[in-house]
Amino acid sequence: MTTYPFKLYVAFSTALLMSKVVAAGVPEVATSCQSCHSFETPAAIVEQNLQNRIAPPLYFAGNKFRRGWLIDWLQSPSQIRPSGTFYAMHTSTVDGEDFVDEGSLIPHTAVGSAEAEELADWLMTLTPKAELIAAEANYTPGNVSPRLGAMDFVKFKGCGGCHRDTPEYGGLSGPELYTAWQRLQPGYIVSYMREPAAWDSLSTMPNRAMGDIQIHKLTDYLKTLSGED
Amino acid sequence: MRNTLACARNSFRLLTAIALFSCFLPASADVDTGRQLYRSYCSQCHGLDGTGNGINAPHLEVAPRNHTDRSEMITRTDEELFKAISEGGQSINKSVLMPNWGKTLTEEQITDIITFLRALCCLDL
Repeated sequence: MTTYPFKLYVAFSTALLMSKVVAAGVPEVATSCQSCHSFETPAAIVEQNLQNRIAPPLYFAGNKFRRGWLIDWLQSPSQIRPSGTFYAMHTSTVDGEDFVDEGSLIPHTAVGSAEAEELADWLMTLTPKAELIAAEANYTPGNVSPRLGAMDFVKFKGCGGCHRDTPEYGGLSGPELYTAWQRLQPGYIVSYMREPAAWDSLSTMPNRAMGDIQIHKLTDYLKTLSGED
Repeated sequence: MRNTLACARNSFRLLTAIALFSCFLPASADVDTGRQLYRSYCSQCHGLDGTGNGINAPHLEVAPRNHTDRSEMITRTDEELFKAISEGGQSINKSVLMPNWGKTLTEEQITDIITFLRALCCLDL
């Protein structure tokens, strides 16, 4: 039997208790999601402590995810964040070296196809950040040379320090990005890279103050990784 | 008697060290806040204990700084540390892998992190 650290139990229990008081507006199919995910308004998110966050907020899920990906993933969830939502919560130190305590990661619940569709349909209605997506309308998806894209991602922008662009290569603290294009809406990728805090005030992704050309090139690299024409 | 004198001498040295250390810090700097911020924004590369062995470290082409290395850290001024954290490693001719946090953290938060770094390198926490 997997044993989770005490701090995780505390965080999970707190989230479970919190979920009882924020149920308004959340359909029955998504009630249990509130145990880990926040559907609260941005104002309430600010009050949360990053160090107790056990799952990403979903109040802007409809601006973030692709519906088809949500339906597939909810039926067969995989680990998107190698070190969990807040890495320090899942990091242990042995002989002065940190490692991801994979046993502490809580696997996401899988649901059936009908429930996945129902959940995805509701999540796609959560679109409070539509204006941020609209502001990126000048982005037209394209492809880049995989080699030059990888060089930009790893060496020039340093994204590979925290993110993986292949299952084998890259940092562990951020979500993997080799399936980002299938998972995320292009406008969200561009907007989040431009200003992470506009989406999530507790984001630990730095704002690199990049311009359109740099952001679009990195976004095109994520598209190139997907293999999509 | 000898033990009492030695104990008093050590206490005096410790208090003097703390007093001197405090002289170089802004009045509002907060070690505990800095420690929490370090855990959230720095530990993934620099390690939970600040030795440079965070979970991302094995995947980085340039090893993250060991913030517990006193001999290295005393060669860096607070201004240099502030610039590195705020504007990124490139701003002080270091690695691009050290991102700029100036658009994420406030000046006060960066100052708190520097305060924690000084405590981490030069005081036994």
